[in-house]
Formats: sequence, structure tokens, C-alpha cells
Amino acid sequence: MTNKRSKGGIIDYSKVIYFSFNNKSLCGFKGDTLASALIANGIFLVGRSFKYHRPRGVMSAGSEEPNGLVTIKRSGSTVPNVLATTLELYPGLEAFSQNCWPSVENDFLAINDLLAPFLTAGFYYKTFMWPKSFWEAVYEPIIRKAAGLGSLNTKSDPDEYDKGFLHCDLLVVGAGVAGLWAAKLATKAGLKVLLADEDFLVGGRTLSETELLGGMKGVDWASKILDELKRSANFRYLSRTTVYGTYDHGIFGALEKVSDHMPVSPEGKPRQTLWRIYSRASLICSGATERITAFPNNDRPGIMQAGALRSFVNRWSIIPKGPVIVFSSTGDGERTVRDLLSNGISVRALIDSREITKENIFESDGVEVFRGAKVIDTFGRKGITHAEIETEIGEKKKLECRLLAVSTGWNPNIHLTSHHRAKPRWNKKIHSFVAQDKLPNNMFVAGAAAGVFSTPDIFTDVTKKTEIIIALLGFKKSKFTAPSVENIFYAQVESDVIWHISNGNKRAWVDLQNDVTVKDIQLSHQEGFVSVEHLKRYTTLGMATDQGKNSNVTGLAIMAEITGKSLENVGTTIFRPPYIPISIGALAGRSRDKNFRPVRLTPSHHWAKENGAVFIEAGQWLRAQYFPRPGETNWRQSVDREVLVTRSSVGVCDVSTLGKIDIQGKDSTEFINRVYANGFARLPVGKSRYGLMLREDGIVMDDGTTARLGETHYIMTTTTANAVGVFRHLEFCRQCLWPNLDVHLISTTESWAQFAIAGPNSRRVLRKVVDKEFDISNDAFPFMACGELTVFSGIRARLFRISFSGELAYEVAVPSKFGNSMMAKLTEVAAEFDGVPYGTEALGVMRIEKGHVAGNELNGQTTARDLGMAKFVSTKKDSIGAVLSRREGLNSDDGYSLVGIKPHSKSDVLVAGSHLFSNGSEITAKFDQGYITSAAYSPSLESSIALGLLKRGDKRIGENIKVVNLLAKSNTEAKVVSPHFIDPNGERLRG
Amino acid sequence: MIIPHPLLGPRDSQEFVYMGDASLIKRPDPKKQNAQSEFYEYLYLRNNPAGTHKELWFHEQGDRSWLIVTRNTLTHEVIGAELAHDMGFESKD
Repeated sequence: MTNKRSKGGIIDYSKVIYFSFNNKSLCGFKGDTLASALIANGIFLVGRSFKYHRPRGVMSAGSEEPNGLVTIKRSGSTVPNVLATTLELYPGLEAFSQNCWPSVENDFLAINDLLAPFLTAGFYYKTFMWPKSFWEAVYEPIIRKAAGLGSLNTKSDPDEYDKGFLHCDLLVVGAGVAGLWAAKLATKAGLKVLLADEDFLVGGRTLSETELLGGMKGVDWASKILDELKRSANFRYLSRTTVYGTYDHGIFGALEKVSDHMPVSPEGKPRQTLWRIYSRASLICSGATERITAFPNNDRPGIMQAGALRSFVNRWSIIPKGPVIVFSSTGDGERTVRDLLSNGISVRALIDSREITKENIFESDGVEVFRGAKVIDTFGRKGITHAEIETEIGEKKKLECRLLAVSTGWNPNIHLTSHHRAKPRWNKKIHSFVAQDKLPNNMFVAGAAAGVFSTPDIFTDVTKKTEIIIALLGFKKSKFTAPSVENIFYAQVESDVIWHISNGNKRAWVDLQNDVTVKDIQLSHQEGFVSVEHLKRYTTLGMATDQGKNSNVTGLAIMAEITGKSLENVGTTIFRPPYIPISIGALAGRSRDKNFRPVRLTPSHHWAKENGAVFIEAGQWLRAQYFPRPGETNWRQSVDREVLVTRSSVGVCDVSTLGKIDIQGKDSTEFINRVYANGFARLPVGKSRYGLMLREDGIVMDDGTTARLGETHYIMTTTTANAVGVFRHLEFCRQCLWPNLDVHLISTTESWAQFAIAGPNSRRVLRKVVDKEFDISNDAFPFMACGELTVFSGIRARLFRISFSGELAYEVAVPSKFGNSMMAKLTEVAAEFDGVPYGTEALGVMRIEKGHVAGNELNGQTTARDLGMAKFVSTKKDSIGAVLSRREGLNSDDGYSLVGIKPHSKSDVLVAGSHLFSNGSEITAKFDQGYITSAAYSPSLESSIALGLLKRGDKRIGENIKVVNLLAKSNTEAKVVSPHFIDPNGERLRG
Repeated sequence: MIIPHPLLGPRDSQEFVYMGDASLIKRPDPKKQNAQSEFYEYLYLRNNPAGTHKELWFHEQGDRSWLIVTRNTLTHEVIGAELAHDMGFESKD
């Protein structure tokens, strides 16, 4: 049963659009939303309600819509909870009803509606309490399936999203009469103006009304103003853009629906753009939302806001089949009847709750007018068929209707004004909340959003507020005369207020999206939920995707009535961003999948890739983990080989990821001496030293080596993980603690590619790499030496004789651009000695064999003493952390010490994170003796080995202990040994 | 949030890393008799004012200046920002 359309409205009849709803092919026109096209096709039933699965229809014509939520197919995927009222119709649109099975017409779970007496507020909390274990396993999954709105498809979002940044003097939110006029005044005054509106047309409410502005229809006046504004370079208009959040210092979040109104996003265009707007001032012209009073069975399809019905008739030129009943407590009732009649729509009656004496101006059109009357019930399962009314004298009448238009006042849209905790205040005149007078960050509110509802008053109000902003920002205003307004309608004049109507046991809905009724609110009060915040959470009032745009004020009013308080005293919850649902895709923007965060590649990455390396993520870095050879089927085979070859001949590893900080200045020695716990005052030029860095609280922060290249020039290295944090810490020390020191820092981590060359043949390899004129013999370049030289005929390099593996070893650094070819050449030379490249896995194995600490041991809980480095904290000088490292609590006899652990049986495997227990002790937390920090299979010892922290460990070498892994339910016999499994005296290093 | 950088003008707070109370720039004298208790107070005991608060922000994605920002913890209003380096000088001399 299709509804007729008049030839008026803002519709392009030359452009027919075919779409489908629940697989039924339908057609509409350009200018339609999905909601208007459905209504034009006679479809009022669009979905089922959240809890009771009641049939529901479109109730509004904007983003406050609680019922008209659909799932759409898009880019081969599905998008749930799309508002039919704001979705522009496009060719091929496929939309589906939600929360119903097998179909919206016949929904199996409609039985919930019959069970309604049991499904009141708090039902789940009270009912599904026993047995406790059933909640997660049984009850919740069933309830989740039965309740709810659309469902996620769990596939990756196929669409693309962008983020953008905009700056302006004035952000105007909403392009209705108020917003457009403000934008005009401000733009002409020279302000950089940004105007945003969620609709695809400018004009706001004026598009749906019949008032004439400057002798023109609203739509024509609005587009004329916009055309004029678009010629100014200091004006920008964001169409289909919802400003959803207010943030600190004039920053706003906005979502632009770039191509939601198209079947697919055009090449290179995202589906949506998330804008971050920086403004000096803002003017909120976001209009108002018409509320629906809570009368019995007020949720049937065909019951809608009177303003929405006027939109469908005036803007979308639909001539719905009557008869219509209009129920109103304001002058909007008469306005609605007038608009319907002038379009030839039959109106059965006007039910006016106001007890006023006024003549029936619609008598000749056969419209009955009942003053002081109210609707007390409705009928019709899948669409309203009758309304029952109670007249002034208590007489009950059942009237036939196919539509019931309700107009019981307007609530200003003040969400954006209270995101910053400015509590809205109650305005008695309009029976609603308005924003506080003084808002932070130069925010102002004008028009209907400020509770000013008649068009001439809106022009006055917005002119006044825009002029304040113009002056505030230091611009000069110029005078413009507001357009004449004809066919004026003063909606709110002499309005009555009617929050809810009760009629025996019948249910009256307050929050249609979350299925909250007046009774639920009364019940929650009876059960002791007296504050507004608790009421919300217990009943879930206003907590659905519409965030209570329609229901909040009504809910509060009912609460006030029950508690006998005035609305000022009940107060309101403040709103939080976002104003509309924002998809996670839009928040993520381009930061997803492989672009989730930047990937840092080592200088030799390409070489490693060509040579078959397996990579591992280490923070942002992608590092070569090991280099499998043909025939190796297990990672352990590759790693064992790399370790054994390095220890017997030579291995090469990219260690560029270590942090490198270049420190210069005449006080650089003093600076380094203060930031490291151990002494650096007498480090000679040409030498490196291991440095232990503490936090001020005495816990170890980081370690590394620092090389003195010149009298006032040092290169400090940090661990890969702490490179950023250490640099930040050093800048803090330099700028905040010791500003008098002449020292400068720069991070050179990415400027130098650095390679470890380790193993007994490392010097022989280097001899072929370093240019002839440099002497690198053991005498000329001993252990811990450092220096600047050249390699491969003149390439600038730095050489450090330091060792992480425990072998005779060097690290050589070249400018990053030579890194890839350097790795190629180094492995080529190493191959002459049967040497190999090795990755992070072999690096780790070798450092555990040697007993060197790394990130696992520097875990933010260990002191120098725990790590067996008590002597490193110099008592002869001050350094960061020195004072507090001497605290009693960090020096107890019962403290941890680093030990080595070896299983009795070579076939046993130790796992990091396992806990240590004395032989024969109970395996409980009380008797815990410590834990394993690092573990590996040592091919050199042909056994699993580990490093761990054990209470009094330094005194327990040789003791037999238990290594317990409760997750794997293993209990391994092991022995406490020195953490230095290999070459404990360091002879290899000096060879 | 926007931080008025004394050298670079208004910058978005996303460019910064927050550290904490600006009193951290006044490191106690380690040579004093009661150095341990002074360091303990310096590190662990802070005021938590509802209102004006001086705090340290590091311009990590910018010029690497440490700033002392004066912010109202109730309203997030930023009253000013200075280079910690300059403030450190004043407190030392």
C-alpha cells in the first residue's frame, strides 16, 4: 500500500532510486532518506524492540531516532545500527530489519512481550543468580542473543577512513536558520568560519516547515545564504558532518560521512573522515528534539513526533493515508493539523491536553478538537489502528487512526555544551534543560538549542551572540537586516507540560530504544535507586545508541514526580561524547592492520630478507631472528648452529637497534658521571666502559656501554627497549636538574648502522675490513678500546671492542646508508672463515650462556645488588639513584640475587617465569624463593639453562632446588650455579 | 589540550609526554645529613591540588624541551608554560 506523493517538497522526481528492504525491491527518489522512502512505500514497521521484541516504526526524522535502526550491506560486508532517518537513499541500497527472527513481520521472540510482567528493571540481576557458574556459560549468551540491536559481522571492515585537522576562528554547529545567519555575520566580519551540519542540505528545521524567509521558502533562503557564503575564502562548509564531541581548549571532534550516501566510496575517497577541529570560539546552533510523552502503548508503528510527520509531508512530500490523530500539549498541534489538511491528508481529531477555550478553526474540515483531553491507550499490533482518549470530563472514546502525531514540547540539543562538565540548568518556561550561561573556551549557544523557538526571536538571539563573538575575537561587525518571516508559528506559546499518562497496568515507554517504561523507573525508585546516575544504570534509561536524546528529560521528570522533588533539584546527568555512534574504523583511521603503528627496519633488513631471515617484532623494530639454512626444519637447528659457529669461528649480527646517544660539551664527563651509578670520571679517551643507570628510586633503569671518542665527546648506548625513555631521562637531567652543565645530547640511533662481529676469528675478519693504516692488534686495540677509523677504503666508521656474547668481539658502526652493503660484505668476509650471520635468538642464547643481564632482568623491580652489581654503585660520588639505592628495604639479607640454574637431567627444559622452591618445601606462594627470568637451550653445554632471581642466591651456589611451572604442571630438579656458564673469568674477551 | 610552548607557540598536547609535578626539578642535596628522607619526600610525596598545578611536560615530538606548564586541574585551563631549563637556573642560583 504505497502512499502518494505531492509534487512539492525537496525531492528530485527525475531521479528514481531503486533499493531493497528485507529483500523487497522498492523505489524512491533523490532527496529521500531510507525512512522517507519506506514511509512513501507504506512501510511503517521497520524493526523489533530491544527487550520485548515489540513491532516498532520510524518515530523521528533525524539523528534522535530510537527505532529506525537497520543493518545495511556495504562493500561486501554488513554495517549494523544504521539510522534509517539519516541514511540518504542510494541506488542499490540493501537494508534489513534487526532483532527479529525469522522476520520482522513474524518474530519468534515476540513471546517476550507476553512475559513482560517478569522482565522489569533489574530482572536479570535478580533472576539469574544461581548457580553462579551459569551466568557466563549459560544465561548471558542466551540473553545476549535475545536482546540487543544489530549484530557485528566480525569480519574486517572493508572500508577506508581518514583523519583530518581543521583550524578556524569560529565553529558553527548546525546549519539551520540560526547557524546560517551566524555564519553569514561572522564570515562578513572577516572571521575564519567553519559551518558543520549533519544533514545533506542546509536549512535545518526550516526545510520541514512552511514559514517564508525574506519571501522565500526555507530551502531556497538557506541555499541562497550558503551560495553567498561559499564565495568567501574565509568560510568552509562541512556537509553530512556531525560534531560529536567537545574537548579541551576549543577542540572539537566531528565525523564527516563522505560516501555513506553512495553504493561504494569513489576511488581515493574514504567512507568517513574524522575531523579534529581547533577553534577560537564556537556557536552551538544544534536545534531541539521533540519529545514524545510516555502514554500507554506509545510505541506502535505509526506513532511519531508531530514534527517528524510534518517533515515527511512538507520536506519529503509524502501524502500518507489517514486518518491522522494529532496529540499535543503545545501550539504545534494546530500547526500540524493545518499542514496535513493543506496537503489533503485526512485528520480525525486534535487531542489538545491544554484546558483552554479556543474555537475549532478546523471544524469545516471535519476535524474534531478535544481540549483538556489525552490519549490513554492505543491499539494495533503491527501498526496503530485506534487510539483511546479521555476527554476533559473523563469520557473515554476510541477513535480510528492510521497515524498518531505527538507533540509535547521540545528539548534543546545541549549535549555539546555539557561535555565539559558544565551542568545544564532547568528552564521553567520551556520545561526543559538549557546550557549554563557561561561556558568554557568561548562557547555560546543560540537559537532553538538555547530554548529560543520562534524564527524572528532566533534571528535576534543569534545576531546578539554572534556579535559578542566577533567583538571577543577582535573583529568588527557590520550590520545586516534579518529577513522577514511570514507564516509564523509560535509553537511553544501557552504550552502545557505532560510527562506521562497512566492507565491501569498498561505500559508506557520512556526510552524506546532500550525498552524502558514508566513502571521500570517507578520500580527502581521503590528498590532504592534514588540518584539520577543510579536510575540510569539500573533501568538502562538513555544508555542505548541514541544516548537518551529523546528519553532523558522525560525520565528525569518522572523521577522528580516520584521523589516529590522539583526538576531543578533532581538535576540531570551530563552528556559525554560522542553525540552519535562513531564506528571504531573511523576512530582508527589509517592506523590499522600493517599501518597500526610504524615498523622500523634495521639498516641490513633487505640483505637479511634476501638471505632468508625469519623476522621477529621487537617493539617497533622488525629484527632478523635467525637465518635458516637448507635442510634445517626446526628453528632450534638454525639457532644452535649460529651459536656454535660463532663460538668456534665467527658470527655477524645487526645490533643497530640499540639506542645511541651522542653526548658533547665541556661538562659531558661530569654529566655522564652523574647519570651512571658507576664511575666515569677517569675513563680515558679511546676506551669504553659498561655503565649501569639507576632510576632515582634506586631501581635499575638501563645499562649499556659508553665510549669516549674525544676529550668532550662520548657515545652512549642504551638497550633497544629503553632507547626513548633513557634519552627523555637524560634530557630531564640536563634541562631540569643541572641546567648549569655545558652538555648537549642528540639521538643518533638511526644515523649509525652497528654490527657485532663475535668469535675467535673476529679479529681476522676485521683485519680484512678495516683499512690498512689502522692497527687493531690486541696490543694496539685491547678489550674495551674504541676509536674512529675507516673501512673498505675510506668509509667512515667507529670501532668498539665490546662483547655481549662473551667471545672476542667487536662492534663496528658505519653511517646508516652503508648498513645494508656493510652486512653483505661482513658476512662475505666471515664466510671465508666459515662464519655465519646470526639473529636475535642466538644473540639471546649467547648472552644467557655468558650471564649478561638484559630486559628480562632489568624489569623495573631489580636493584644493582639483586643483579650482582652492588659494587657498581659508587659511594664516592653522587649519581641518580645512589641515595635511595642505599635504603634499608633494598638491602635486606633476604633479597634476590642473580643466579644460574641448570636442570639435573639434560632432557629437562626450563621455562622463563617458573618459580623456584627449596627442596622439600611446600609449593605455595608463601615459600616462593624466586623465579626464572631468562631461559634457553645452550648448544655449548648441551643442556637447558636459565638465569633467575633467587633469595640469597649468591650464597646458595651448588644447592639443589625445584623449578616449578604451575601452568604446565611441571616440577623440575635443578641446581643453582654461577650465572656465568661460559668463560667465567673472561679470558676469551681479552684474547 | 593545547600547550602554549614559549618558543614554538600553541602546540597540541599529543606532541608531549607528561611526567608529573614540577617540584621534581628541585632535586635534594645528596650530601645533606638527612638526604635519604629528603629524597624520599622528593620522590614519593606530592601535593595533589584541586586547582592550579605546575607540572612537567616533555616536547618529545617537537623540540625536546622540558616545559613547566601551569594548569588548573579542575578546568584543564592552561595558564602558562615556561622552559624548565630557565626555571631550573633560577632555582639553582
